[in-house]
Amino acid sequence: MTEKAESRPRPDSEVMVEIIDLHKWFGEFHVLKGINLKVNKQERIVICGPSGSGKSTLIRCINRLEEHQRGRIIVDGIELTNNIKNIEKIRSEVGMVFQHFNLFPHLTVLDNLTLGPIWVRKVPRKEAEETAMYYLEKVHIAEQAHKYPGQLSGGQQQRVAIARSLCMSPKVMLFDEPTSALDPEMIKEVLDVMIELAQEGMTMIVVTHEMGFARSVAHRVLFMDGGQVVEENTPEEFFNNPQHERTKLFLSQILH
Amino acid sequence: MSEHAEVVKPPVTSIGVVGWLRQNLFNTPLNSLLTLATLYFLWTVLPPFVRWAFLDASWFTPSQVCRDGAGACWSVITQNIRFILFGFYPYDQQWRPMTAVVLLLGLLFYSRDRKNWSKWLGYAWVVGLASMGVLMAGGVPGLPAVESTKWGGLPLTLLLSVFGLTAAYPLGVILALGRQSKMPAVKVLCVVYIEMIRGVPLISLLFMGSIIFPLFLPEGITINKILRAQVAIILFTAAYIAEVVRGGLQAIPRGQYEAAESLGLNYYLTMRLVILPQALKIVIPPTVSILISAFKDTSLVVIIALYDVLKTSQTVLSNPEWMGFSREVYIFLAILYFLGCFSMSHYSRKLEMELSTDNH
Ligand SMILES: Nc1ncnc2c1ncn2[C@@H]1O[C@H](COP(=O)(O)OP(=O)(O)O)[C@@H](O)[C@H]1O
Ligand SMILES: [Mg+2]
Repeated sequence: MTEKAESRPRPDSEVMVEIIDLHKWFGEFHVLKGINLKVNKQERIVICGPSGSGKSTLIRCINRLEEHQRGRIIVDGIELTNNIKNIEKIRSEVGMVFQHFNLFPHLTVLDNLTLGPIWVRKVPRKEAEETAMYYLEKVHIAEQAHKYPGQLSGGQQQRVAIARSLCMSPKVMLFDEPTSALDPEMIKEVLDVMIELAQEGMTMIVVTHEMGFARSVAHRVLFMDGGQVVEENTPEEFFNNPQHERTKLFLSQILH
Repeated sequence: MSEHAEVVKPPVTSIGVVGWLRQNLFNTPLNSLLTLATLYFLWTVLPPFVRWAFLDASWFTPSQVCRDGAGACWSVITQNIRFILFGFYPYDQQWRPMTAVVLLLGLLFYSRDRKNWSKWLGYAWVVGLASMGVLMAGGVPGLPAVESTKWGGLPLTLLLSVFGLTAAYPLGVILALGRQSKMPAVKVLCVVYIEMIRGVPLISLLFMGSIIFPLFLPEGITINKILRAQVAIILFTAAYIAEVVRGGLQAIPRGQYEAAESLGLNYYLTMRLVILPQALKIVIPPTVSILISAFKDTSLVVIIALYDVLKTSQTVLSNPEWMGFSREVYIFLAILYFLGCFSMSHYSRKLEMELSTDNH
């Protein structure tokens, strides 16, 4: 384990995502209670924590799928405000992978991948298709390019979703429990793709309970509970030597 | 000779005609009874009808011959076909609406296949519609002007329905989107519009358009009566389409919006590329129902004295020479409307099948 950790590329010192004292309410309900997080370029963060602790809400704030009410979020030097142009710019540079894939069912796999590049980046169709095929090969699914999402298995769909994000050459990728809707035998194929991505130095923020994944690729693991970051540490320390009672309880539950 | 090695064939389900009959028409006592009852009904109804409609019918005779004969008098159609189809359009100029109708039907027929949809087809429609307008109205060298008050019959019905439906559809989609808008003013406006229009019958909208609306216009300004009816039909149909499309929009999961937005697509592109293609596909069947009933409702323009094909036919019946042959005339009209409605529903089924992405 320690060997692996040392072989990881060192995170750049440049800041990619900065979150300062972030608060968010759903109506009266205080979901995020003052989150601070700094993610450097090429750094990989794993966020875990019990259901309802606000993990999804936190990463959805980073590309403004949820609006925050207090605090600041700065992505690649651009602060998220109500400026719609800024929001669209940030969204096009932040890749998002959802629990339920959210592929476009009326488009073929290839068209799912080229939609963003063609319409947002204004890349010519031919070039966009070449890029798409490159990334489909990368997620080992090029032979399915002309099928519709409904004809693929869950694991295949999630890999297509990852490739769809990659086609926009994102500067950071967000993953919201990418494997928790999958049958057990398909989890590995998706995690493998994510690990390859990590090895190439992609900046990643991953909400997951796959502790093996966290151990092998994360630089830092964050534990959230009740809308706060309760504990933050390197994977080794986090798993071997958890500080907080709630962390210990949580780890004992998911590791049995 | 191991029994396990035997190839098991699927059970024989039916053999020939008898098998089919037994399985589909006589499979239960109740079904047998219904089959027999139906056969008896057809036996009593069909032969007299065939005799009336075909064997004893007169096809191209003067009305007197019809009155002496026992069968159907299709002559009422054939002898008056030009009036039924073209109304009061000048007799020697009727090739013009004829050409316009053929042009329109030809374009519709060609556009049916999505493989033919291209930029060129778009241009063909623009050129086609412009030449239809010129043909109908005239006023250019070689084509004497014909006032729109003289337009009537089939061209009028087709004009009202084709333009009515093609304009109402996008308007309905825009209204549905407006109703979902986050901007309160837009939303309220759309809701009020939709609910108001749905609260009144088409007839009253037509009356308003033709009688009340002109009262508000300044002296000397008149707006073409056909245009006013056309606008009323468009506004009416759009409100219904809006509600159907709204249902389709609500069926699209939130994840689709989120996936589109997280690619950086703006509202317009999200709707156009991701949401509407899915939402409109789901609502093809109810949309077509609305379009079909709107097509039939165009015949309501008779109440504001426009001579659509229904009115021209009735006018023929009020001629003493042809009075009393209403059965034949209405059967003819029914066939005409049926052809229109049936092609729409047939086309929608074809479209649904083509757009299906579930089982290729
Ligand atoms: N759109 C919403 N409206 C109201 N409450 C919400 C909404 N989304 C999430 N919540 C609530 O916020 C809390 C945190 O949700 P979430 O971020 O999805 O948690 P997690 O991903 O850690 O399971 C939960 O209690 C959830 O019920
Ligand atoms: Mg979640």
